[in-house]
Amino acid sequence: MLTPKARGALSAAVNEALCAGLADDRCDWPVAESGDDAALTLWTLYELHYRGFEDLADESLEWHPELLRLRRLLERDLERRLRERYSAYAPHRSADFADDLFAYVSSHDGASVAAHVHRHADREQVLDLLRVRSIYHLKEADPTAWVVPRLPVGPKAALVELQYDEYGVGDPNRLHAHLWALGMEAAGLRADYGAYLDEVPLEVLEQNNAMSLFGLHRRLRGAALGHLAAFEATSSMPSRRMAQGLERLGLPAEIVDYYTEHVEADAVHEQLAVRNICGRLVEVEPGVADDVFFGAFTCLDLEDRFARWMLAQWGVSEGQDPDEERDVAPGSAA
Amino acid sequence: MSESRTFEHPDIVLCPGGPMLLRGDHVIQDADGVSHRTERPVSAVCRCSRSASLPWCDGTHKVLPEKLRPT
Ligand code: FES
Ligand SMILES: [Fe+2]
Ligand SMILES: [Fe+2]
Repeated sequence: MLTPKARGALSAAVNEALCAGLADDRCDWPVAESGDDAALTLWTLYELHYRGFEDLADESLEWHPELLRLRRLLERDLERRLRERYSAYAPHRSADFADDLFAYVSSHDGASVAAHVHRHADREQVLDLLRVRSIYHLKEADPTAWVVPRLPVGPKAALVELQYDEYGVGDPNRLHAHLWALGMEAAGLRADYGAYLDEVPLEVLEQNNAMSLFGLHRRLRGAALGHLAAFEATSSMPSRRMAQGLERLGLPAEIVDYYTEHVEADAVHEQLAVRNICGRLVEVEPGVADDVFFGAFTCLDLEDRFARWMLAQWGVSEGQDPDEERDVAPGSAA
Repeated sequence: MSESRTFEHPDIVLCPGGPMLLRGDHVIQDADGVSHRTERPVSAVCRCSRSASLPWCDGTHKVLPEKLRPT
């Protein structure tokens, strides 16, 4: 992909530096003009560590000290904001960590995009949703892969057991991000990485940035895995609703299959993530337990913010159908 | 707390209130005598009988009242 369209002075300056090159001692970044400008800049800086940009002047910019300094400032700001949102929701703890985490996730009641897609959405609305979801799904599981080398033996083996399934069990045809790309193409959308970045809102940039933040900092390994657990634990039933909604609208089998795959896959993944990954991590490193809940909260809260944005775009009121059985929590395929 | 040197890694795990996890390749025969082959490294077999994807778990157990959940 190319560097994304700037959303203000800061993202414009960073784009320019990435495309033209950057002296070692530059330190005069403009102030971000808006939340969008800051979030896009951070997204761009993170992207240097994933697939990068075709118009990058020099690949060594990935580790340029001035870009890392700027990233650190933006990350601090993001983490502070995420932690401020969390503090009000101190979870109740019993003796069983897995029970607590499952209960915590299911007690979070948020807006649900899947419930709307299931019964009411039209084709255009579904295509809107696929475009904005594509920013994450084309790198599905990648932010969590950063966490592997930071873990002790038990949780490390457990995380790789889950990730192995996300990455297709060695078969590229089954790799989840690839299943998504096939679904996008079949639906007549672009499947190339970052194709729809210019149209995603702050809420989506923030969802993506939070995952990269948690994944890239060893200090935040608990939050990364709590986020993973909440993501997986809110996926099976919403994925079924998505699959049925897409089928109702006659969308192609490839994109329906992506969601169908996640009904059963994530019923496994939620058990692995909560019990074996987070549960074992907290046994060995009890100090990160609160961050596991912080990560879980962040996942649910950001999805709720996204869902409210998406439903507002469509002019749909947040309340779910009275005849729709309640989601365990809002979510999307993981 | 440090980790032990050997780890429990059972082939079958009964999740409280949820499915049975099954590691490896297996063929499961359901109540109607139909066989289902596992398709992933770890599979979740439904124990509450309320899944819409039987014999596999689809997360439905989580919205059941406590007394209908598997122990
Ligand atoms: S045990 Fe999960 S749906 Fe039955
Ligand atoms: Fe998953
Ligand atoms: Fe997945």
